[in-house]
Amino acid sequence: MTMAEGNMLSNRRPETGAFFQRDRTWHPPAFAPGYKSTVLRSPQKALLSLDGTLSEITGPAFGHNLIGELDDDLIHNFAAPGESAIGPRIVVYGRVLDERGKGVPGVLLEVWQANAGGRYRHKRDGYLAALDPNFGGCGRTITGEDGSYSFRTVQPGPYPWPNGPNDWRPAHIHFSVFGHGFAQRLISQFYFEGDPMIWKCPIVRTIPDRAAIETLIATLDMDATIPMDARAYKFDIVLRGRRSSMFENRPEGN
Amino acid sequence: MPQSLDRLKESPSQTAGPYVHIGLTPNFVDIRGVFDTDLGSGPLVNDKTRGERIEIRVRIIDGAGAPIKDALVEIWQADADGLHNSPSELRGTADPNFAGWGRLPTGMDTGECVFRTIKPGRVPFRDGRPMAPHVTFWIVARGINIGLHTRMYFGDEEAANAEDPVLARIEHRHRVETLIAPREGDVYTFDVHLQGERETVFFDI
Ligand SMILES: [Fe+2]
Repeated sequence: MTMAEGNMLSNRRPETGAFFQRDRTWHPPAFAPGYKSTVLRSPQKALLSLDGTLSEITGPAFGHNLIGELDDDLIHNFAAPGESAIGPRIVVYGRVLDERGKGVPGVLLEVWQANAGGRYRHKRDGYLAALDPNFGGCGRTITGEDGSYSFRTVQPGPYPWPNGPNDWRPAHIHFSVFGHGFAQRLISQFYFEGDPMIWKCPIVRTIPDRAAIETLIATLDMDATIPMDARAYKFDIVLRGRRSSMFENRPEGN
Repeated sequence: MPQSLDRLKESPSQTAGPYVHIGLTPNFVDIRGVFDTDLGSGPLVNDKTRGERIEIRVRIIDGAGAPIKDALVEIWQADADGLHNSPSELRGTADPNFAGWGRLPTGMDTGECVFRTIKPGRVPFRDGRPMAPHVTFWIVARGINIGLHTRMYFGDEEAANAEDPVLARIEHRHRVETLIAPREGDVYTFDVHLQGERETVFFDI
């Protein structure tokens, strides 16, 4: 990847305004003792408010040529030739928007997940469910001009984790999003419509507002399925919006 | 009812979890053949990059004083002239041999990671005053519910640090030190403390 390629994504005029203030009551608080790992990893002092400077308003750009042919196909990108990952085949599609409802083009979206049995390909995962030799668990894509994206995978399984004696994660896919400014940087997880495990999960429940949780639940879309191949889930992602610089507040002489 | 602003809410953050490497640095955890390299994991510099070569040695330390061995750290910085390699940079064209972005996992044994980069130039604050040279940090890990933004300043830039408009906003002056990395040879050491007496200043940007 080179940054020059990123700059040539299109001839749209780059935006340079600062971002809307982050609604910290909508996000999970740093300290959420129901999720035990937060106890020693949560800052305790107030954050220092900083209206974005150039250091946060800018951010790297990633070109489409970064993406390999199978990067967005987790069913095949780790599989032996002619083989494929085991599990319910799904397509995940949607758009990356900002808080103003505008599609965000050129966004690097990276995803990772457990296999259909709920097992991660990671040496720190000791769950007894089997590894799938044809499933790695990572993928990535870059959004189109209207912010749209899609990838293909198998639906991950739920898995137990060491928090409470019997805590299970609902099926979920982790995602990382690179918008246009470093201040937009976001990592989260999405869940699947109808899963009763969502509402029992201590990590989900770090988010205080039920309406906020619902924005992380992908919707089954039987109109977007590939018949006799894969079902489809729709999931939109929202990044922080940018203030317009219609009336820049500048001191005299600048 | 007045007109609606038609705003959406930002997607809520969730922890990166213990397996963040699978998605962001898969080769680091031996998932080979999917991506050629781990994005952002190499040196930020090449032979032609302008500027002074430095290393930044990073540790993320939890409330019990232990370095975190499953964190992921990203940095973003200006080039030697203070320009960002970003489409949103309108003041000029940054060094084409310097992307300014890096991403590393902390070592599973050491809890440490080392960025090979250059010392950035000065970037103007919103009102035009120059900020001291600094590197922007973003930190995620299991147990961190929303990515933490902070900055590293350079220990050998005392004069610039003293007039930096962001550092000037830190009310409790002893906390300024938490953002300043001491230099030894070409290596700056930046210990980020998540909690405790030496808790690093984190930003709401
Ligand atoms: Fe997970």
